[in-house]
This record gives sequence, C-alpha cells and structure tokens, in this order.
Amino acid sequence: MNLFGRKNKADDATTPATSAGSHAAGSQDAASAETTSNPSTGSFGVVKRHPDRGGAPILSFDNVAVTFDTEFGDVEAVKGVTFDIKPGEVVALVGESGSGKSVTSSTAMGLLPGNANITGTVMLGDRNVTALDANGLRKIRGRHAAMVFQEPMTALNPVLTVGDQLTEALNLHGIAYGTEADQRAIELLTMVGIQDAKNRLKQYPHQFSGGQRQRIVIAMAISCSPEVIIADEPTTALDVTVQAEILELLRELKDKLNTGILLITHNMGVVADMADRVCVMLRGEMVESGPVHQVMQNPQHPYTQRLLASVPRLGATLEVAEPEPVTTTQSTVKYAVEAQGLCIEYDHRGKKNRVVHDVDFTVAPGEIMGLVGESGSGKSTIAKAVLGLLPVAAGSLKIQGHDLATMASAEQRSLRKNIGVVFQDPAASLDPRFPIGDVITEPMIIHKVGDRKSRLERAYELLDAVKLPRSVVNRFPHELSGGQRQRISIARALTLDPSVLIADEPTSALDVSVQAAVLDMFAELQSRYEFACLFVSHDLAVVDMLAHKVLVLKDGREVEKGRTDTVLHHPQQDYTKRLLAAAPIPDPDEQYQRRMERKALLESLGEKVY
Amino acid sequence: MSMSNENTNRPGAENSDMDNNTPSRHPADQPMGGDPDRHSGMDHTPLDESIGGLGNPDAPAPLGGTGPSSSQQAVDMADLAEVEDAKLRQKTGKSYSQGQLVRRRFRNHKAAMIAMVFLILVFLLAFTSIGFAGIPGWWDKDYTRAGTVINGGNPTLSVVPQWLGGSGITWGEHPFGQDSTGKDYFALVMRGTQQSLIIALVVGMVSTALGALIGAVSGYFRGWVDAILMRMTDLIIVVPLLVLAAVLGQMSSGLGGGILPLALVLGLVTWTSLARLVRGEVLSLREKEFVAAAIAMGAKPGRVILKHLLPNTIGVIVVNATFAIAAAILLETSLSYLGFGVKAPDSSLGLLISQYQNAGSTRPWLFWWPGLMILGIALSINFLGDGLRDAFDPRQGSRRKRRSFLGFAGRDRSLKASASNAGAPAGGATGAGTGQPNNGSTTIAHPGS
Repeated sequence: MNLFGRKNKADDATTPATSAGSHAAGSQDAASAETTSNPSTGSFGVVKRHPDRGGAPILSFDNVAVTFDTEFGDVEAVKGVTFDIKPGEVVALVGESGSGKSVTSSTAMGLLPGNANITGTVMLGDRNVTALDANGLRKIRGRHAAMVFQEPMTALNPVLTVGDQLTEALNLHGIAYGTEADQRAIELLTMVGIQDAKNRLKQYPHQFSGGQRQRIVIAMAISCSPEVIIADEPTTALDVTVQAEILELLRELKDKLNTGILLITHNMGVVADMADRVCVMLRGEMVESGPVHQVMQNPQHPYTQRLLASVPRLGATLEVAEPEPVTTTQSTVKYAVEAQGLCIEYDHRGKKNRVVHDVDFTVAPGEIMGLVGESGSGKSTIAKAVLGLLPVAAGSLKIQGHDLATMASAEQRSLRKNIGVVFQDPAASLDPRFPIGDVITEPMIIHKVGDRKSRLERAYELLDAVKLPRSVVNRFPHELSGGQRQRISIARALTLDPSVLIADEPTSALDVSVQAAVLDMFAELQSRYEFACLFVSHDLAVVDMLAHKVLVLKDGREVEKGRTDTVLHHPQQDYTKRLLAAAPIPDPDEQYQRRMERKALLESLGEKVY
Repeated sequence: MSMSNENTNRPGAENSDMDNNTPSRHPADQPMGGDPDRHSGMDHTPLDESIGGLGNPDAPAPLGGTGPSSSQQAVDMADLAEVEDAKLRQKTGKSYSQGQLVRRRFRNHKAAMIAMVFLILVFLLAFTSIGFAGIPGWWDKDYTRAGTVINGGNPTLSVVPQWLGGSGITWGEHPFGQDSTGKDYFALVMRGTQQSLIIALVVGMVSTALGALIGAVSGYFRGWVDAILMRMTDLIIVVPLLVLAAVLGQMSSGLGGGILPLALVLGLVTWTSLARLVRGEVLSLREKEFVAAAIAMGAKPGRVILKHLLPNTIGVIVVNATFAIAAAILLETSLSYLGFGVKAPDSSLGLLISQYQNAGSTRPWLFWWPGLMILGIALSINFLGDGLRDAFDPRQGSRRKRRSFLGFAGRDRSLKASASNAGAPAGGATGAGTGQPNNGSTTIAHPGS
C-alpha cells in the first residue's frame, strides 16, 4: 500500500520535468498507448524525454586524438576523429580490432587509463569532458552519459542483487533513496521488459538469462536519464535472437527518451539495423562517415567496400570438395562420423545433467556438416564428445566405424591420428610457450611420426598451404594476429592428414575481413585434402557458405537437419525460421524489410517482439 | 570464490548449478565477436592498443626497418588480413620467446638486480673465504679452533677512512671480532651463511619440485586424485610447521651428514602453499583450448602436464619459490635458535644468535653480524621475488607508476637503449605480444598476493 503512495509521489515529482521536454506530450501519449495492456509500465515518469536542442549535437568529438605511453614508446590509438551525435540519433562507430573505436568512445566518459594523452575536445552537451577533473567526471558519468557494456555477466556484480545495482546510480547522483529508489528500479525493469519486476529486484544476476542481464545493464544505463548512451558492442556476446530483442529494446527506448546513442560495433548487420549515421574507423583514423544508407549501399572508401564485401551472407557459397557418397552396399567405405541416439551428460558432483538428447547424424568422408544453434544448444558438447574429451552417456558415436569410448587407450591414441581439431579462441588455442614450428609438428611428435627433418619439411608444407611465410616456424604465438593464429591452428589440425576435422567456431572470434580470408582458405584446404568436417558455428551464413548439410540444435535436441540449401533456404521448423529471421544483414533497407518480416513471424507465432 | 571466477575459470562442469539450462556454457559457445581485444571489457590496458599501433604504418617503430612504401600502403590498407600478412613477411628481427621477454623485464628491475648482485657476492664470500667440503679457502682461521681473545674480542674491521678521522679501511686480524672462547667470528658467520645458503638451495629445489608436481597432477586429474592429494596437503598444513620441522629435524640430525638431511626435511614440509597455487593455476589452464587440443591429438597426461601446463605456470612457480626460500632460511634460523636445528660445534646463523642473544649490550657484534646476514639474505631474496613477479606480470599499471615515482629514471634510458640495440622489430613484436590479453603466463593471477 505504502509503495503505491510512494509511486504516485515519484510520478508527480518527475512529471513537471517531463513536460519541459519539447516533444514530451506527444511521446507520453505514445508511451501510454503502447503500454495500456500492462498497467505497471506506466513508468515513463522515471526517466524524462530529452529536448531536441534545436538540432545541436548532444555529444561531439572534435579532432580527438589519443596516444598511450607504453613500455615500448608512444602508441597512437586514435588520430584526430571528428563526429557528433544529436539527440535521438544513433551513430555507429564501426571498425575492426585495434581501430580505436572503443578508445574513442571511452574519451566521452573519461574512462581511459592514466597513461593516455588526449588532445582535441569532447563536448557532452555544453561541457568539455576532456577538461573535467575526476570529480567533474564522476558527476557526468551515469547522469549525463551512460555506458552499456559488451558482456552482461561481467558488467553486473555477481554478489549484489539486481535491485542494489540499479539503485546505486540513483543514490550516487542523489536522485532517489530508499523505497523511492526501489520503486524507480521496479519501473526501470518493467521498462526494459522484465516481467514481475518487484520480485526479481531481489534476485542476483546469475538468476537471469544472458539477454535479461543485458536488459538490466540497459536499465542501469537509463536509470539517471542520461542524454547519451554509449553502447560498446552491446550484443556481441549474445545469441542472434537475443540480439534482435536487445536492439529492438534500444530502438524503442531511444524513440521514447530522445537519447543519443553511440553504438560501437564490428557487426555490419547491427549497424544496418540500428544506425542513422555511420563512422568507419581504420587504425585510429576515420575513413568514411555519413548517413547509413549512403555508407552501407554506396561505400566510397575501399576499406568500407572490402569490409562490407567480406560479411558472410546467406546464399553465398565457397568451393568445397564433394563428398564421396556412402551407400549400404559399399562395405569398405565407412562414415567418418556416425552418431545414433547420442546422449551426453555432464557430471556435477554426482548429479547428472543431460545436455544432449538423442541426436542422430552421419558425416560421410569428405563431407562438411554444419552444427548450428544458440549458446547452450549442445553443439560444442557434441564436438567435444567426438574428440573423445567427453564420455557418451547413451547411444553410440563412431568415428570411422570405431567407438572411441570403448577402445583401449593405445588404440584411442592411434585413432586420434585421424582427427584434427580447430578451436574458437585464437588467443588460447596455441601454447604461448611453443614456437610455431613446434606447435605444428606436435601431433607428429606425439605419434612419433617422422624425424626432425621430415617434421620440419611438413611444417613448411603446411605453412605454405595456409599462406604464411616459412620463417614463422621460429616465431611465437604472441607475435601473430588472431587470424594468423587461427590459420596455424588449422595447419596443426592437418599435420597428420586427418580424415576428420572438428572445427569448433573457428572464425567467430575473428574480424569479418580476417574471417573471410580464413574461410576462403578453409574451403581451399578442404578441396585439396578432402577431409570430412564437423563445423560448429552460431553463424548461419558461415555454415551456409561451407557446409554440405546442416543440423540445427536447440537445448540439446535436434530441430531440423538435411542439406544446407533445404534447411537454411526453405526451413520447415519455426525455430530455424526464427534463427534465420534474427540474423541482421548489412543493408539498411533489406534489414528493415527483414525486421518487419520477423515481427510478422513472431506475431504469427503469438510472441512478443522483444 | 565469486561466481564470475567460477564462470570464467571452470566452464563446463561446475557451472550448471547456477545455470541449469546452459550447462555447456563453455567460452567457445559464446560468440566473442570479431574483436578479441575487447575481452577485457572496460579494463583497457594501454598495451591492448599497441595492436592498433602495430597495424599502423605510421607507428613510431615501423617493422623490419623498411616500412611499406606509400603506394603499397594504399593497396594493402583495405584488407586487415593482407596487412597483417605483409607485416609478418617484413618482420626480419629476432623472435622473442616469453622467457626472453620476462628476462628482459627482469633485467630492467633495479631493486631485483641489486639484490641479485648482493646475493652472488654473499655466496662467493661465504664459500671462498673459509672453503667448503675440505677445499681450503683464503681465510686462514677455522671456525672450530678456539684461540686467545684479543682486545676483548672487538672487531678489527674498520670502514671509516683516515681522512674522515677513522682508522682507515682495514680488514684486521678478526674483522668480525671473536667470541668468548676466542674463535674467529668471521669464520663462524661465514660458516653459518654457508649453511643458510645450502638450506635455501635444497629447500628451494625440493619444495618447488614437490609442490609444482603435486599441484599440477592434482589440478590436471581432478576427481579422486585431487581429493587425496589435497587432503594430504591439508594434513601437512594443519600441523604447526615449526613443531613438525623440529621433530623431523631432530630425527634427521641422527642420520649425520651435516645440514643436508635437515634441508631435505624442511623441503618436505614447505611445499604445500606452492601446490595449492599451482593447482589453482592448472585448473584454469586446463580449460584453455591448447590443452584440449593436445589431449585431442592423443598426448598422454605426462606430456600435457610437463610440456604444456607446468611451463605455463612457471611464473607462479618461480615467484613462489623465491619467497619459499626466504621462509626456509628463516625457518632454519628459528629451529637452530630453539636448539632443534644445527648443533655446536657446527655453526649456523640462528645458532649464533641464540648463543649470543644476551651479548647485545656488552658485545653487540656477536649479535649483529649474524643478524645482519640473515636480514640481508632474506631481504634480497624477497626483492628478487618481487622483481620476478613484476617481470612475469607486466600488466600491473600501478607498479610501473610506482617505479617511476621512486625515480628509477635509468630504467627508461636502458629500455630505449635496448630497443635501439635490438632494432625496431623487437619493440614492435614485443608490444604486440604483451598486448594480448589472454597470453598465458604473462598474465598471472596471484591468488596469494
């Protein structure tokens, strides 16, 4: 009861502020019209709509340059970047790793480390952020500019309740305290689409799903009604369907609150989906900027052109070897991998948790099978089981007709000669203490193949195959870039000429242009060495380019399987359709079309859009 | 242990009690996006950005001396993959392994280098002066031979030069003085120092080898192996170390052979903390993909542990070993002081202090010389450990600041000099290396520190 009284008070207190905004009246109508179905979302009072400022930008960067003093001299991270963001506008800062996009955005909140030297000016409203001291910066952080981070699990403190974290910013900025702050927190959660907000306030971050956690991070960001939100790769750690929801939410909040959004991303699809204007960065310089239609549909700079061209799209294919057909009459040819009723369990301190249920698939020699699904779908678990890293709980899993689990360890080892593996993380998949030559020849050393000279010969041969200079045999992994390391991983996997290759998200940690190069090379190697491949990926477009057939997984169960062109171009199952509809494509008009189609699809399935 | 730790360090097994729907939340399942240097979230170390510097043709240290010509640049700059490959081809400089990078940083740590020089000098002084294992040294007096007490046993060492009013820099007959029976105190202290250094060496080796091996085996195999080994470790931890060492030391002194049995025994009871640290490190390392790749290749556990896991925990091991050595020296000193360690007529620093603890007011040198020796050795080993820790973990920004605050400006000069000597490629290459966030052992989390 008391809470309701409080709530009204809070509403009253903020209403005058709201009406100060020039577009307040209209948007409040819109907001209340939208939320009539859910009375508790009459929450527009907590955060106010911002005025338009007569077309003046709310955040502007003027010739901003950042240099870091490091152990090895000065490093220029950003070299004179100029752009601005108007209220209610989404400006996307696009670039690959090391392009300086995150450093640029950090200058707006004064979040750079002490050894950064900033020149130029960053104006947030009428304040020059670069001239502020620590105290002044603290006042603007959260209050005038807020940040949405990439990884919601690490952006939230796991030992504090969601409510505590939401009210923290309100307390710090003296906006609300005690039950009033709690009330606002409830309204904020409702605003970002979390049901039963009052009870969920007392829960901890791990009790929410990844998408919900990102919603909470967004609620925290808007809690003090900032004029600008800096979203640093807000959807990179999320699945495509969740990504679509989060983008939908950001779009809606922006329209409601007239907030300026600086969106940092490497995903051109997200840019096409969200941005009004785009700035493309390359090695600290801005190479192209302009309205989204102009940049995405008619890019001027060669870098932007190449960047857009290397985004994998559904329907594109790469040349790969055709598999040898396996027929029942051919007793000599066996399936490279064959799973029947495969079930896999994790053992948690005696408790069994089944994560893969009754999955069947076959991979013929020379065939590439794509294994797709969202996180938690069990796709990597299956890959690990095929590698023999996890036991099979029920059903059978055969590699070239042999059951890895039931074999003696010596035979297991000899069978492993025929299996190569490429993992996702280029930073972790090579032993940092091994020179590249040793990395590549390690399988030969383990299986006692060849002598020193022939091993080195093989390493050279493989380096040629992955198009890296032979001189890298004496270099160490840390001297190579992510894409180069991933190519070394592929070379290592092919050292013993395996008949089966397990590729667990081999390109998902790479930049798009690097990914394109690695995928091209992968296809080329496959046609040359004709290995069978289990290709695990969350990216449907990548699988579409490479795989002969595909298996779609959801929560450890198979949803749909068959030839790639059937499953990915004419999906039968709702889940596959939903996955396909959620993946954004780098063309603003087409993406708008797809967004509307997705809305229609979800409505036809009887679900909310976000 | 916080949730996030659990989440990042041990994906897979332990994870699902928090998140039942997604038990296979291995990092591999989460799309990281195409931006590997974003892993650290907001925790931007400046070195992360040096990748950007590397990809930049205008960076202060162009690779390979001959930078790409401007026409080449225009063609290359559109494709990150091609630019990277071109850089790699042009790279002609020497490669630096992780170990070499660590050594370089260590050599630039002044306090540690001074400590090392001091230790080497003490070592040489102790072993050459009175000789060792029957080989005579340059000092003519024996630590067991009593003599007549000259001038009340006062030290003859003088360090104040004559022009300052002193008696000049002289060594004299008994530089450290004599004890009450006329034994040369310099010889006694040198003998004690020898004992301490032997203890340091043996304990360092035994406890490090045991701790690293037990920790690695326990962390790698987990399950019942882990349970047994860790309960055994707990068992040793719960018995007071001094009591355990005293009892075992008493037993070992019956074996003869001087200090060696005692040193071995001390090594057998001081490995526990290292075992726990290494186990923790291995638990997180074994989830890394290069370990999974090695297992999938068919590598046997022995190879994985010795070739992949232990070399990558070398930072923890080396740093912890130095501190264990310092602790062992102090432990021996305490034991001898209490009368359970080295016994007369042999000598040890702790024994000397115990014998002359009451001489502080009348003949202070009998107390000060062994005391200073212990202090010097233990302190310099600790400095050494500190330097090693900095060298293995260069991403601790506060440390760099602290160092420049202390005014070690020579470090910057030496860095510049070494950079120009090694040529530009070294700077660029190492910059890229240390910039990688998940670079294995250069980023060591020290649970204990």
